[in-house]
Amino acid sequence: MALLEVEDLRVTLPTARGPAAALRGVSFSLEAGEALGLVGESGSGKSLTALALLGLLPEGAAVGGHIRFAGRDLLALPERELCRLRGNRIAMIFQEPMTALNPLQTIGRQIAEPLRLHRALSRSAAADEAIRLLGRVGLKPAAGRARAYPHQLSGGQRQRAMIAMALACAPDLLVADEPTTALDVTVARQSLDLMAALAAESGMALLLISHDLGIIAETTRRMLVMYGGQVVESGPTAAVFAALAHPYTRGLFAARPRLDGMPGRLPTIPGSVPDLADLPPGCPFAGRCALAIAACTAAEPPAVDIGPGHQARCIRLDQQPPAGDPVAGGPA
Amino acid sequence: MGLYLLKRLGGLLATLVAASIVIFLALEVLPGDAAEMQLGQNATPAQVLALRTELRLNRPAVERYLVWIGGMARGDFGQSYSYEVPVSGLIEQRLQVTIPLAFLAMALTILLALPAGIFAADHHGRPSDVAVSGLTQLGLAIPNFWLAILLVLLFAVALHLFPSGGFPGWNHGLWPGLRALLLPAVSLAAVQAAILTRITRSAVLEVLGEDFVRTARAKGLSRPATLWRHVLRNALISVVTIMGLQFAYLVAGTIVIENVFYLPGLGRLVFQAIANRDLVVVKNAVLLLAAMVMVINFIVDLLYAVIDPRLRISRP
Ligand SMILES: Nc1ncnc2c1ncn2[C@@H]1O[C@H](COP(=O)(O)OP(=O)(O)OP(=O)(O)O)[C@@H](O)[C@H]1O
Ligand code: SF4
Ligand SMILES: [Mg+2]
Repeated sequence: MALLEVEDLRVTLPTARGPAAALRGVSFSLEAGEALGLVGESGSGKSLTALALLGLLPEGAAVGGHIRFAGRDLLALPERELCRLRGNRIAMIFQEPMTALNPLQTIGRQIAEPLRLHRALSRSAAADEAIRLLGRVGLKPAAGRARAYPHQLSGGQRQRAMIAMALACAPDLLVADEPTTALDVTVARQSLDLMAALAAESGMALLLISHDLGIIAETTRRMLVMYGGQVVESGPTAAVFAALAHPYTRGLFAARPRLDGMPGRLPTIPGSVPDLADLPPGCPFAGRCALAIAACTAAEPPAVDIGPGHQARCIRLDQQPPAGDPVAGGPA
Repeated sequence: MGLYLLKRLGGLLATLVAASIVIFLALEVLPGDAAEMQLGQNATPAQVLALRTELRLNRPAVERYLVWIGGMARGDFGQSYSYEVPVSGLIEQRLQVTIPLAFLAMALTILLALPAGIFAADHHGRPSDVAVSGLTQLGLAIPNFWLAILLVLLFAVALHLFPSGGFPGWNHGLWPGLRALLLPAVSLAAVQAAILTRITRSAVLEVLGEDFVRTARAKGLSRPATLWRHVLRNALISVVTIMGLQFAYLVAGTIVIENVFYLPGLGRLVFQAIANRDLVVVKNAVLLLAAMVMVINFIVDLLYAVIDPRLRISRP
């Protein structure tokens, strides 16, 4: 049995313009120790997917579907049970290392907190373990760093502290939501490499959300491409990179910043993400797709098998990209 | 930490000196002669001359300023013209009312406002939050002297639980003194608690939206545990600022309530001294009030440093 099985996950958020169907039937699974990549434009629902796994969706969110983690349906668990899982079996690293730490507490105390909570370690035992974890993520001198406050550390150092905190209880699943957006290129690479290495070393499953296709290619064996609250393509990372089957995936790769550019920057495809509160019927990408035909907006495209474990939601997968533009995503 | 303290202490002393100069100059440039003003129109020229000499009005302003400050430093505040007693004794007596009243009102304010504000923020948008908001609106809308009169009518006149006014002093024990101050303190605290509740609520709400709160939840802390361990101390930074302002107001601005309850407080002393043209009392009492407000601000600065390591410890 897979460690994590997400099945037909639906999230509706209240907005000023009415309920918005932010996640619309997201399904995927993750084996123990596996690394899964999640890519997609801003607003495609990546963070909401991650937050749903931890049961930390924004207030007022309506959730449907199933999230089975180690055999238990998380959506049916009471809050008290979820608290026992969070930071213990499932840990999360957030986008903003600058603001994700409490400015009034020492780094050591914040890393020790999940240990005190889930492992019932004594204050001093937790403090010692925090220092050991700081050494493990390469923050040296570890004892000195443990006594430091967040404002005394650089962005990269804080992100390492966040990684130490997430690893504290040796979770089964680590969710990393664009853990490097706020960092400069080299530092971002270093902390991603460190995270992936530590996850692999301790046999953790990793759900890595990133705009950086390069890091996805390096660290994950399988990947998901999200658009408009749906998984539009999923499959082995190598196969997705080779086939670029879905027109949206092609657009994402075409808009990818070049290697000399900033890997952290948002990819752009001509046109903009549709309004979730008022989604047109059919394929969510139709408004921006060069291959769109009338049938695309008639019904939601089903997931079609392309290869072993490789699927895409598009009714025109047999079509070649428009001539003269091998990987173009749509009209300018 | 040491440098931060030293800077604040230097600032405190500098503002004290500046305030004393402003107070001195303000009374100096008042039209008319201080001696004539004190004695009124029926004074003989001989009386005026005698008082002028006593007040050193014939000496240069700088000398008079220095004599005033030097006297204060030795605890000699001069002689009150209208009460015919040393000003220091007069002020000391009045402080025995003003300071306990301010502390009592502030304690009530904090006891009411912090739990109410935290509760409202934690129940953001729910009926209980709306109810707290409604109560604070009411607290803000009711003038404190009107509330004071209502309280007197109910608890003093109708129920005889508390005296309707006056202050017996502290030599009859703690309870009679407290009893006399309780209704005034409640009248003062109502508005202050309403203000502080709103400030606390919005401060807590603001912190609840911070990223580190989500981090705390992701670690497995429950909502209440997150509130206690990560939110409240962060919210306290802006709450302490307002508490400082409120305490300063309670020390220096309670004249209306003192009048309603016939309390011999410092505000009432200044008011009466101005009416009596007792400039020596005015000068010293106002400087003392200013000094107390500055000391309160200094304590608030200290509290900031205690709460927030970013002020204590600079970057590496
Ligand atoms: N608290 C919220 N209230 C209302 N709408 C929200 C909320 N959080 C997210 N959304 C909406 O849900 C959609 C998906 O958001 P999500 O944060 O999952 O995107 P994302 O893929 O993580 O984007 P990014 O790359 O910018 O982080 C967006 O349209 C967003 O506007
Ligand atoms: S279904 Fe149609 S609109 Fe959607 S991606 Fe495929 S071709 Fe484009
Ligand atoms: Mg996001």
